[in-house]
Formats: sequence, structure tokens, C-alpha cells
Amino acid sequence: MTTLVEKSATSTVKGFVEVENLSVSFRRKGQCIQVLDGIDFKVHPGEFICLLGPSGCGKSTVLNAIAGFVKPSGGHVFVDKRHVDTPGADRGFVFQQYSLLPWKTTFQNVEFGLKIRGISKTKRSEIVNDYLNRVGLYKHRHSYPHQLSGGMQQRASIIRALVNSPSVLLMDEPFAALDAQTRHMMQELLLSIWSDLKTTVIFVTHDIEEAIFLSDKIFVMGVNPGRIKAVLDAPLDRPRHVDIVLSPEAVQLNRQVFELIREETIKSMEVESL
Amino acid sequence: MSSPSSERSLNPFSLYRLQLILKHCLSFLKSRIISSFNTPLIHSKIFRRVLSLFIFFGVWQLLCMTKFNFFINFEFLPSPLEVVGATVQFFTNDPMQHIRASIVRVLTGFSIAAILGITLGILIGWFQQIEDLVFLPLELLRPIPAVAWIPLAILMFPNSEAGMIYITFIGAFFPILISTIRGVECTDLLLLRVGQCLGATQWHIFKDIVIPGALPSIASGLVIGMGNSWFCLVTAEILAGRYGVGYITWESYVTSNYPPIVMGMLMIGLMGAFSAYAVDRLTCLLMPWRVTKKQPL
Repeated sequence: MTTLVEKSATSTVKGFVEVENLSVSFRRKGQCIQVLDGIDFKVHPGEFICLLGPSGCGKSTVLNAIAGFVKPSGGHVFVDKRHVDTPGADRGFVFQQYSLLPWKTTFQNVEFGLKIRGISKTKRSEIVNDYLNRVGLYKHRHSYPHQLSGGMQQRASIIRALVNSPSVLLMDEPFAALDAQTRHMMQELLLSIWSDLKTTVIFVTHDIEEAIFLSDKIFVMGVNPGRIKAVLDAPLDRPRHVDIVLSPEAVQLNRQVFELIREETIKSMEVESL
Repeated sequence: MSSPSSERSLNPFSLYRLQLILKHCLSFLKSRIISSFNTPLIHSKIFRRVLSLFIFFGVWQLLCMTKFNFFINFEFLPSPLEVVGATVQFFTNDPMQHIRASIVRVLTGFSIAAILGITLGILIGWFQQIEDLVFLPLELLRPIPAVAWIPLAILMFPNSEAGMIYITFIGAFFPILISTIRGVECTDLLLLRVGQCLGATQWHIFKDIVIPGALPSIASGLVIGMGNSWFCLVTAEILAGRYGVGYITWESYVTSNYPPIVMGMLMIGLMGAFSAYAVDRLTCLLMPWRVTKKQPL
């Protein structure tokens, strides 16, 4: 991981993501299925962007390609000018499913990335305790994941990715499994952490309100094959409070996005019924 | 071994007394059972488990006393009371040398099986090349029952003790091996991805994700393996010259002395159940993170 440290030292601002003409296809039952076609976008350092689209549009696949889990069949992904081909600690990932290691306590889970990088024990506990405090998990640091609520587990997953100070934080519908109240709390918490750290965030969701509330820019995706259909600015003032989604600008934006997604959902249903 | 004559002289008297005691017990239990259906006693877990044992031995005794014979014949089967007699006989004749001999054989065979099974299982589960190289021969050997190994155990090993340990080893080895392979192979892809995104090396993924993830499976392999080791004890101790619980069982069969056979069977069952329970408890200590409580529906 020395290369990562050198890179981040040379480039003063990190978190520049370039996706160039990205295509992904899978072979299934001898048939070639084009999941993504010609995805092209840039995310600037410190930006919070959402990939929004109906299910099956390949939004998670875009994220998996940036993470290095999926090999593109065409095109390239660069993070801070470095070509992505394998997963690495410069791209933190928060999964939709609860993904804490069941055999590690909250503290050990969050500490894992630092331990891998060989950070000293005192330094580690300093960093980890700081993050645990920030998300209100300090007093649960010795609990195992099964003793935590879903919201707590996702908070721990977020800071587990962040302690590595990644260039970009990739989030794949991280709050989809949570109840509505917890989800709102988590969204606010995420924004407050993000405004402190200014890490680039690419957030996948199918929830229009969530996208409007969180992001600077919304990439609306279309289906068959997956592609970027529209890029919309979400120009709401920051810091944002939950009820900002009820403001006239937000409602206007919501309506616009809703129409775009509705077209795609209808299209994907027609294909399914064929 | 007890001589048949001394047993005969002991049996009528002690059996009569035991029968009386059991009758008292049964009538007491009967009254308790009837009353307990309306009381919270039946809700007690311990009571239910003790009750299950009483019912088991009670039904058995009843079937023997009535000489039950409908397809399955209980007429010549030793009754629980006769088995108790044989057990009293056994425990008055230096029982520890038999018990110790059996425990040492089982534990040695099991320990070797645990070490080899877990090591080989991890290697086979993790490295495709190693699986390709050794898995087929092992699969070929796996279905062979312990009793079929006896002639080869005599040919291959320098003494009968090593042969017996080999047979208890065979019993434990395959369940441990297969459970370990499955445990390693079934590593959650999501957790592997978690490791990759945190920059984990192969070694860290192996040590912190694959092995702990396989532990529950390995633990159940060990519990089954421990049971199987005892399962193979009678087979193993066919090779024994003098001592062993399995040896007594086999020897009593050869001499057509039936109560000690059932006693040997029950003792093996008891020691097997106890040691499997001990293995289960010990492995649970290794996994404080696991939720083992049965979920209420």
C-alpha cells in the first residue's frame, strides 16, 4: 500500500474519479448480456454524487467496476489518474447488506483496515476511537455485530471504510434495509461526516428523495443497456435538514427525476414481459 | 472379564432387589406424571429430559417383561435390570483399566484426525491444485466402513494398539475433513470483498476472514468426528487382546453373554455423548461471537 500513500502525498487534492466509455457485459447461458454501455462521467474531488435508476439499470455494476470487483469489457476507470483493475484500499466500499465481520467486535471491525496497513496499536486505537465517538458507537465498541441494530452496523461499516482515508467512498444502497426513521438519521449523519472530511462520495440508490437530499449531482440512469440518461444538479443549500426535501426546488426536482425514471421503469417492464 | 458362574450366583438376589426398587420408582413416577400434566413441572426442561430417559428404559423393561414379540422380538433381549446387574459386576472388577484403554485409543485417534483433517481440509478448500491432487483418492477411501479396515490394520501397523488407533482415527477423520473443506469453500463472497476493499493481502483474508468463517463448520465436524470415533471403538477393539469397553462388548458376543453387550453399548453411548458434548462446549468457547440460542418461533 506504499503506492497509495505516495500518490496521496503527491496530489494535494484526492478523489478525482474518471469513468471513460465504460461497458460491462456478462455471459449467461451462452448469451452475451450487455449490462452497461458507454458510461462516461467525471466526479471531482469532494463531490457527492448519486447514481439513481430503476432496478436492473446496472447502477451497482458501475460501482462494482469502480471498486474493481467487475472487469469492464470496454473502457476504463481512473481514480486520481491511476487505472483501476483490482480492488484496493483507496476506494472504500459500503455494501447494502450488513457486512461487518461477525467474529470481530465493532472496534476490531473498524480497526481492520489500519491493522492491515501496519499502523501502530496506539495510533490505531486513537483513530478508531475518534471515529467511533463521531458516530456514537464508542460505548458499543466491544459488542459483536449480531448485538448491534441495523443502523449501528451500517454506521460501523461507513467508518470502517473511512478510517483508511480513501480517495473515494463508494456506497451501494447502504440504507435500503433500514426503516424510514433510521434512514433519515443515517443520511444526516453521513452528510455531517462528509462535510468534515470532504471525501468524494459515489452513492447508489433507487430512492429519489434520498438522492435529492444527499447529492450535489444526480446521474439518472436508463435501462437496456444501462447508461447515463441525464445529469441533474441538486442545488439545495447546505447544511441540509431533513425537511429540505419539502422545499419548492426539491419538489420540482423530484417531479423531474420521477418522470425520467418512470419512462425507464416502463421500458424495463416491457422488456421483461417479452 | 467376569466368569459366568459368579454372575449367576449374584444375579437372582440383586436382581430381585433391583426389581423392587424399580417398581417403587415406577409407581412414584406414574403418580408424578399424572399430576404433572396439570402442574408447571412438565414445563421444566430438566424434568422433561429426565422423564425421556425414564420412559425409554421403562418401555424397554416393559417390552422385555411382557416378552413382546411382534416382528421385533424382545424375548431374549437383556432387560434394563439385567444390564444393571452386568454393570454392577463390571464396576466391581477394576473397570478403570478398560475405560482408560478405550479413552486413550479414542482420544489419540481423534486428535490425529483433528490435526490432519483440519490442515488438509483447509488446503483442499483453499487451493484448487491441492484439491485436484488429493481429493479423488480420499473420496474413494471415505465410504469404506471401519470394519473393512481390520485386515489391513493388522497388516499395516507394527502392533494392535496402533491398528486400533488407526480405526478410531478413520472414524473421525472424514467428517472433520469434509466439514472443513465445506466451511472454507463456503466463505461469503461479500466478506471477501470487504477484505479486498480494505487492502487485505491474501494472508489477512485467509487469517481474518476465511478461517473464522469456516470455524462453525469445522466445529460441527469435530463434534461428529468425536461421536464417530466412539462409533468405531467396538470395531477397533476387535483387535484388542485384554482391555477396552469395546473389547468387553465384542468378547461377550463371542461368548454369547448378552447383558454385558448391552452394558458395553450403553457405556460407549454415554462416553461418546459426553465427549461430543465436551468438544461442542470447547469449540463454542472459541466462537463467542456466534449466536447459538435456538430462535423462538
